[in-house]
Amino acid sequence: MSGRMAFDLSLAQTLIDRRRDTPGATLPILHDLQEQFGYIDDAAIPLIADALNISKAETLGVISFYHDFHRSPVDGRALKLCRAESCQSMGCEDLVSHLEFRHGIKADAEDNHSDLHVQTVYCLGNCALSPAALLDGVPVGRLDRDRIDGIVAAAQGKVQ
Amino acid sequence: MTARVFVPADSSALSIGAELVADAIRDEARRRGLDTELVRTGSRGLFWLEPLVEVETAAGRVGYGPIAPGEAAQLFEAGFLNGSAHPKALGLVDDIPYLAKQQRLIFARCGLTDPLSLEDYRKHGGLRGLERALALGSKATIEEVLASGLRGRGGAGFPTGIKWRTTAGVTADQKYIVCNADEGDSGTFADRMLMEGDPFLLIEGMTIAGVAVGATKGYVYIRSEYPHAFATFQRAIERARAGGLLGPSVLGSSHAFDLEARLGAGAYICGEETSLLESLEGKRGQIRVKPPLPAISGLFGKPTVINNVLSFASTPWILEHGAKVYAAYGVGRSLGSQPFQLAGNIRYGGLVELAFGATLRELVEGFGGGTRTGRPIRALQVGGPLGAYLPESLLDTPLDYESMAAAGGMLGHGGIVVFDDSVDMARQARFAMEFCAKESCGKCTPCRIGSTRGVETVDKIIAGHDRQKNVQLLRDLCEVMTDGSLCALGGLAPMPVLSALNHFSEDFAKAPARVAAE
Repeated sequence: MSGRMAFDLSLAQTLIDRRRDTPGATLPILHDLQEQFGYIDDAAIPLIADALNISKAETLGVISFYHDFHRSPVDGRALKLCRAESCQSMGCEDLVSHLEFRHGIKADAEDNHSDLHVQTVYCLGNCALSPAALLDGVPVGRLDRDRIDGIVAAAQGKVQ
Repeated sequence: MTARVFVPADSSALSIGAELVADAIRDEARRRGLDTELVRTGSRGLFWLEPLVEVETAAGRVGYGPIAPGEAAQLFEAGFLNGSAHPKALGLVDDIPYLAKQQRLIFARCGLTDPLSLEDYRKHGGLRGLERALALGSKATIEEVLASGLRGRGGAGFPTGIKWRTTAGVTADQKYIVCNADEGDSGTFADRMLMEGDPFLLIEGMTIAGVAVGATKGYVYIRSEYPHAFATFQRAIERARAGGLLGPSVLGSSHAFDLEARLGAGAYICGEETSLLESLEGKRGQIRVKPPLPAISGLFGKPTVINNVLSFASTPWILEHGAKVYAAYGVGRSLGSQPFQLAGNIRYGGLVELAFGATLRELVEGFGGGTRTGRPIRALQVGGPLGAYLPESLLDTPLDYESMAAAGGMLGHGGIVVFDDSVDMARQARFAMEFCAKESCGKCTPCRIGSTRGVETVDKIIAGHDRQKNVQLLRDLCEVMTDGSLCALGGLAPMPVLSALNHFSEDFAKAPARVAAE
């Protein structure tokens, strides 16, 4: 996400040290780092491994297991779009194709430098108001093509 | 007198503008110099009425909804602070049939109170269950839970009291209470609503468990897709500590109990209890072989009670009113109440808490009013992505653990996703395999590799290649996955696939689509 500070080794160390004595600290540390920098820099891996007395491979194994953790910076706004069954029943796949064909935004694209990142998620617990998404953490329900167009335009700075 | 206005801060309500509505009401009241108190609540679970604004009157709470931010001035104009008429007026909220016809035991307070006010919680009957558990002591508390017939609301339906008794019977220097709040099933949102709307109830339930089994520390594992629930719950823990509900002396007793909320990181498999424990320990969320049971050797190798949010949240009511009264609700071996969740293509989507035994038709047609698109219902998926797809002809199936199993499905966490006649069931079967492939932890080969082969096989069927042979192959594969996977992901992913094949075989025999495969 935009507006995050660049990776800083000593700050990373401080964040890691703050949690190192927490039982089962790996996920809390990874969340703290991603919250601070927007991603988990590879340079943080040996620091985490050292603090928790696990191997670097194990640390990387944890990072790669969970869908949430990014290993490189991501710019732009983040739209977590639900594509599970409830949202399918209300046409979320139409929104995915609309994003791609109308706006050239492909869900789960590798490219980290665009105004809007669309990430597939499975269920946001807003299933009575499907299709649902989280836009930079803010819930949006009853999505349709118009609301998607609005979100894209806002992310590209065309409105607001 | 200060007028009290209530606007939900539930994330579903927020997703359609509740924050803006709250702001508009606050601004309008200020502009008019009116003495009002705006209380942010959870949701009543009547989501087609959200944002639902309520006002306290002498007769009770009067509702207006759904309200757009631009309608705030109009509401004041109409005198809504006195409960006056307005085109969006709904009358007394408690009398809305959708709500009045429910049997709300767990969700009695949700949407009514300020979720973060311990005082409000107490005023509305909170903490009586815990107080009784403290008076009864460990053994009698567990007896109550056993006698209530409460079964795990996460989906597996294992008797909660047996888990508690097992952990209580083990001697250890440390025991844990873990709450599985990794509500990943599509079509379910009850855990989220409760954590946002009545978090003290979960805290009370977990504390009862702690007191009963002799655990002093608890964890709540909340999925990262629920940022609001996580934030609300963390604040609730702080207030519970400040109010003496949590800490070295629970409600002034000799019992210590404290809680910590932990955030997941986007892995469906972590809703499986042993994966969740691995994840809490800081590892990849790979499932464990059972035995040992978590009740004997769970988190950090210590005896651990791990239950779903709704299981814990049922126990304060059971303790307050007694096991007998609770067990009077429900049918057969499915006792008590279940919060059902009406989702997907449904006109009146929301939370409906009822005693077990109501039929799917009563839920989907009676409460839900049919599809939102107005087209005929074609399929229902009950119990999340691993639940069966049921055809319209099975709508009279009662919703309890045994009847659902007899109908070839499962109740799961009580989510019901409705599809209209535009659904392509072969695509849904493909998705079930695709989802399993994406979310498999990788431990069992049938799940890890079988799911990918499953996607390919369904693709071949859709494309019209050697259909008969491939359908047979798909059935074989499903059998291997069912029998050869350790946990419910690989073991139950075949359920939506086979139910789609069995009930909607025509969708697997259509002329091949012209669209290229993804």
